[in-house]
Amino acid sequence: MVTIAQMQVGQKGVICDIAIDKIPLKLLEMGCLPGKEVQLIQRAPLNDPLYIRVNGSHLAIRIETANLIEINLLT
Amino acid sequence: MAQILKIALVGNPNTGKTSLFNQLTGLNQKVGNYPGITVDKKVGYCQLTPDLKTQILDLPGTYSINATSADEHIVFDTLVNDQNPDYPDVVVVVTEIENLKRNLFLFTQIKDLGIPTILVINMVDQLKKKGIQIDHEALEMALKTKVILMSARKNIGIDELKEAIINYNSLNTSSVADVSERIRGFFFEHIKDAFPQYSLYKSWLLITRDEPTTFITPEIQDKLDLFRSKEDKIKHFQHKEAIYRYQVIHEILKKTYQVDRAKGSDLRGILDRILTHKVFGYVIFAVVLMLIFQSVYAWASIPMDWIDTTFAQLSEYTKSQMPSGKFTDLLTDGIIPGIGGILIFIPQIAILFFFVAILEETGYMSRVVFLMDKIMRQFGMSGKSVLPLVSGTACAIPAIMSSRNIESWRERLITILVTPFVTCSARLPVYAILIALIIPEKTYYGIFNLQGLTLMVLYLLGFAAAFSSAMLLNYVLKIKNKSFFIIELPNYQIPSLKNIGLTVWDKTKAFVWEAGKIILAISIVLWFLASHGNKNFNQAESTIAAQNAQKNVTVDHQTLENQISSYKLEHSYLGQIGKGIEPVIRPLGYDWKIGIALISSFAAREVFVGTLATIYSVGDSSENTSTIKEQMKAEKDSNGKPIFNFATGISLLLFYAFAMQCMGTLAIVKRETNTWKWPVLQLTGMGLLAYLIALTAYQILH
Repeated sequence: MVTIAQMQVGQKGVICDIAIDKIPLKLLEMGCLPGKEVQLIQRAPLNDPLYIRVNGSHLAIRIETANLIEINLLT
Repeated sequence: MAQILKIALVGNPNTGKTSLFNQLTGLNQKVGNYPGITVDKKVGYCQLTPDLKTQILDLPGTYSINATSADEHIVFDTLVNDQNPDYPDVVVVVTEIENLKRNLFLFTQIKDLGIPTILVINMVDQLKKKGIQIDHEALEMALKTKVILMSARKNIGIDELKEAIINYNSLNTSSVADVSERIRGFFFEHIKDAFPQYSLYKSWLLITRDEPTTFITPEIQDKLDLFRSKEDKIKHFQHKEAIYRYQVIHEILKKTYQVDRAKGSDLRGILDRILTHKVFGYVIFAVVLMLIFQSVYAWASIPMDWIDTTFAQLSEYTKSQMPSGKFTDLLTDGIIPGIGGILIFIPQIAILFFFVAILEETGYMSRVVFLMDKIMRQFGMSGKSVLPLVSGTACAIPAIMSSRNIESWRERLITILVTPFVTCSARLPVYAILIALIIPEKTYYGIFNLQGLTLMVLYLLGFAAAFSSAMLLNYVLKIKNKSFFIIELPNYQIPSLKNIGLTVWDKTKAFVWEAGKIILAISIVLWFLASHGNKNFNQAESTIAAQNAQKNVTVDHQTLENQISSYKLEHSYLGQIGKGIEPVIRPLGYDWKIGIALISSFAAREVFVGTLATIYSVGDSSENTSTIKEQMKAEKDSNGKPIFNFATGISLLLFYAFAMQCMGTLAIVKRETNTWKWPVLQLTGMGLLAYLIALTAYQILH
């Protein structure tokens, strides 16, 4: 299964599963929900954090959090 | 008959909420503290009509009413507890056109609280540019409230908002996304039965809150705890709630909000690619920092000199105008220099905060946090620690306060503990005079000025010390790290000078108030200790006269004055203390006079130069550096060798670089960490480190 952490810069995906008990509620409340589109905009040097656009919001999250969100890649 | 209407402003960060607050209240605002908590309370006043005055509370920006940080708990407490003195009559939720979908999440939660709520959609001046269209009427109907289209900066919509506030009684207070309706289950039925005094949503909020609620009786808290123990069920429902709210929002916006993607320019994308580039991102940041520091020095020196001279003159003038006596002395030698010593730092601090505010307003700061997070984590800190560390070059006090947005307590604590190592502006007068004394004025290859280089090395030393101790603390501290890091990277925008001005004003006031109180108090205490002593002290005049007579020497008035001052200092209480610690500091190359200066600096570093002026009995009270320098150069020890030699100078520089010599900072650390444990640790740890390093340096160079 591919997680956000494994996306390439510029790739888009749709969130299919989230490790609910490990992900902070705040991330969900900011719109990071199953069925929403996510795009990886940039990786920081050293690969962490990741700059993503999810459900219209531009956020940065650390790689361990990104690993908890599974996606289906679009093309 | 005047009444005061209470209004609360809430909204996501980066929606221009502060701009709106500033527009409504202008200079009629003040920043204070919520009791017991380290969150700034921003309150302002606005006279809406001749009969209607409003109190506007600018609540901290938040994404959801479910609170995780101290900031967010304030929002919770204010809006959920109807007995709270700030409980509003009207809530204004501020959103903006680009992130409307996410902004509305908070709106639907607030609407469920049953308080009259007005929705403001800000930044509408950019609708065309971004290709966004909003169906105003349809949105008002769907959201069941008054919607104001606004541009706070351009003064659009402000009057309509005021109008809506005046008519707040006609606002619909029903829910938009009634959670309990949708998420049925016995669980919710039980809640409804258990807490008839609260609305279902409120009960739910109280149950799911992960911190004890202060405004609840213990009996109710116990009942809540029964429900709270069903953790899995609660998490499950919270997620369902988030999903449901977004579904409702999605449905509403589908019909009322259109974006023409082709229209919006990709300026943000381009800027992001450059500013977060693997190499150029850091280069640009370094250049920005250089520019900031250069400007701070270049621009601050003129006002600083002016303040210096003015206060010296004020002291002289007061001395000449008032009858001589203890009180006048207190005024001219204690209070006035004390206040001057505080005010002289305002130019540097204000200019630095000006630049920091620009970085934040434009949105660049979040990109810096993004770039620096991984690196900072190696040292146990967060990307958000960059702001306090950089601000620490002005003054550690507001710097430490700005660490509040760091989510992880462990990362925040480490940041607070190491920030004082960064070279703050108070160390500069000390560095300046010591460097001028012991470092030769040589320049290599036309650009490498030896004195300038030494200063730079001291700065680097400060940062190195901060990062090394962070690493050490990271290794040693056994605190659980609840690390979750989410930062929004907002769109870039042109900074508003008005907002920046008010921010700089607030932060500078914080410094003057927090540090100032203590520095002034210490200045007075020091004055007392230096101008009172035992009987030797009181007989100074006669003793000196006798000494001169014995040596058969006639001295002019000024020299006699100096001799008396010097003798008095040696036998004052302060002098006695200095002599007392002399054995301990002699291995570092210091004598009792330097000892006095060291002690007084523990209150506030900048007092060092002033104390030296007193010690070396420079006749006038102005801190004329060249005269002090000459006096210091001429000081000799019992063997006739200069006191301020190279070894002692380096030893002193290093001592000042590492020691915690600022009561103001200690007071702030105590407040931010809620205990005396950490400031005491800082004081002793840094003091010990400074002692050992200065000792080593002196013994090696001696």
